[in-house]
Amino acid sequence: MTTDTDAAGTAGNASATGTDTKDTARGPADTRGTETAGRPTPPGRSRPTRRTIAGAAAGLAGMVLLVLLPLLNLSLPGVLPGPTYTPGSLQLLAMCMLMAAAALTYHLLLGVAGLLSFGHALYFGAGVYGLAIILQNLDIPLLPAMGLTLLVVIVLAHVVGSISLRVSGIPFAMVTLAFAQAGSVIVGRNPDGTTGGDEGLTLRTDNLPDFLVGVVNTRNLYWLALAVLVAVFIVVTWVQSSRAGHVAAAVRENELRVRVLGLQPYLVKLLIFVVSAILVSIIGMVFLLLQSGAVPRAMSADLTITLLVMVVLGGVGSRWGAVIGGVFYTILDQRLTTLANSDAIDALPDILRVPLSEPLFILGTLFILVVLFLPGGLTGTAQRLAQRRNRRVRGTGDDSTGMDRTATSREILEESA
Amino acid sequence: MSTVVLLLFTGLGLGALYFLVAAGLSLIYGLMGVLNFAHGAFLTLGAFTGWEIARRTGSDNWWTFLLSLLVGAAAGAAFAAFTEFVLIRRLYQRHIEQVLITVGLSLAAVALFDGIWGTDPVFIQGPAWFKETTEILGARVPNDRFVCIIAAVLVLLAMVFFLKNTRYGMIIRAGVENRSMVTALGIDVRKAFTLVFTIGGAAAGLGGVLASHYFGYVSPMLGGSLLIFAFIVTVIGGLGSLTGAAIAAVAVAVLQQFANFYLGGTGDFVVVLALALVLLFRPSGLLGRTS
Repeated sequence: MTTDTDAAGTAGNASATGTDTKDTARGPADTRGTETAGRPTPPGRSRPTRRTIAGAAAGLAGMVLLVLLPLLNLSLPGVLPGPTYTPGSLQLLAMCMLMAAAALTYHLLLGVAGLLSFGHALYFGAGVYGLAIILQNLDIPLLPAMGLTLLVVIVLAHVVGSISLRVSGIPFAMVTLAFAQAGSVIVGRNPDGTTGGDEGLTLRTDNLPDFLVGVVNTRNLYWLALAVLVAVFIVVTWVQSSRAGHVAAAVRENELRVRVLGLQPYLVKLLIFVVSAILVSIIGMVFLLLQSGAVPRAMSADLTITLLVMVVLGGVGSRWGAVIGGVFYTILDQRLTTLANSDAIDALPDILRVPLSEPLFILGTLFILVVLFLPGGLTGTAQRLAQRRNRRVRGTGDDSTGMDRTATSREILEESA
Repeated sequence: MSTVVLLLFTGLGLGALYFLVAAGLSLIYGLMGVLNFAHGAFLTLGAFTGWEIARRTGSDNWWTFLLSLLVGAAAGAAFAAFTEFVLIRRLYQRHIEQVLITVGLSLAAVALFDGIWGTDPVFIQGPAWFKETTEILGARVPNDRFVCIIAAVLVLLAMVFFLKNTRYGMIIRAGVENRSMVTALGIDVRKAFTLVFTIGGAAAGLGGVLASHYFGYVSPMLGGSLLIFAFIVTVIGGLGSLTGAAIAAVAVAVLQQFANFYLGGTGDFVVVLALALVLLFRPSGLLGRTS
């Protein structure tokens, strides 16, 4: 596991030095007070007042911009297919939001609890197909239908989670994959015509509120997706900083130690698993509304792998990493698909044309390169660059030796693990 | 009765394919702790090269078939050795990163196969004998099943012989048991890693050629679909155990065939159920070490 990033770094610090646990577990506001005690300053938080204010202002401005985006006429050639108010661009942006939110729920599993699950698509797909099937067959409004779907997902997540958490590590990955595969097979088999098989299901819009139906209302769906992303981010932050989140992070670092302390890793892991499943199923439901249809891909192992790639690209253990990874991947995937069909690629000789016309080949290769050369993903690399710059500005003082020491002790820990 | 025999042989043939994939997976996991998602890509590459050979040398011929088996296995082995040597080797002891690398590799490889050979299944022909049937206890069993079974049994015997009676085999077995002790004895385990990957890749490539005859077609998705069942087989059989993989492969495939026939196409579902039961009552698998 990469330890350079935000949360993982904190936990690594704590277990490496032992005494820092209390301070590092708290937010930046608390660390400010204890900074003078000769402890290595956390990088990037050197001048908290000015930075935090600037950061908050930038965040607020960004948020306002995102909310207003459907009303503006901005063009980002090469990134978006058209000006920001057009349905095509809004659809892509909404997809970015949803994928970023889904990556956040995967971050809860992998980054917080250290659970490498290959079955996350099962719950996403359960949200998509559950809602689609309920709307298709029952005459109930949207919200009760969503509640009913949620109920199904909660039961499903408890059953699958309690079985697959009996094993951990790599076997856990295999078992979750097997369960997700069973779900995917059921969808493909199309029992009694409920799932539509390979064709998928078209969303029945009879019982939907009008403002969510039709291409004209894409902007409402965009706002919905944005709201989902913000809500998921808040919930994930809350879970991560709750007691359960701390125990889960501790389990990731050293399960035996948690058990010795008298806590129950199994229950905490199950909790994280179920919360993450519930969140991703809600995202799945909004995905259904956005796509106005359920497709088998929503429940395939490919989707889980996509989420995994997003989280790793962004940086394992970092919430912003998951968001950035989700947005980056979705846009890149869309752009590469457009590129693959362009004339410029068609004109190339075969040996270049074949790989370049396969978006997944480029994404897969990029992913391998990131894992090999950029541990910590995009955010981890950005952090490291910022650190290096800071160090150069302030010269080599206590800071760098302190950081080196932590780095060495981390390495020792990793080797012994 | 004849249906039961037919299902049994079909199941055994499928089990042979599962075994060829699972054997490599299980050995690799047992020795190195790597869950190899790219194993399906090894298989698909083997299947496609085998098909290319058959296409270029005339398919209706036993020599061509044997040649395609050899070349398919060699292609799988080369791809696997390349993977280990270039990608996995840099990340020893970092299991999650190793899994991620193989995930990325399988994405990229399948996409590349899509680009080269197209996404549609390519239909394949073997020697005419494959299409004929042999009558056993009143059941007309297609002959390609026997080829799969015989090949898998030969691979199993060869692997067992290699592991039991050669120096490197013993190093591999010792490494599965206790890798740090082997390293402490001054043996370079890394050679064994490359070797295990190569053997696993060869078995997968061979399995790919056989699978293309068993199913009658090759497609870039071939490896992925077999890989998931191979994962189930390795977990049920016990990670790191070759015999466990063999037993579980046969059990899973036969169970799947029978459930598909008698329980209305629920084979895949029943297999996952079996996996859940094994995990509930014996989390380390049938022949896995209890830890």
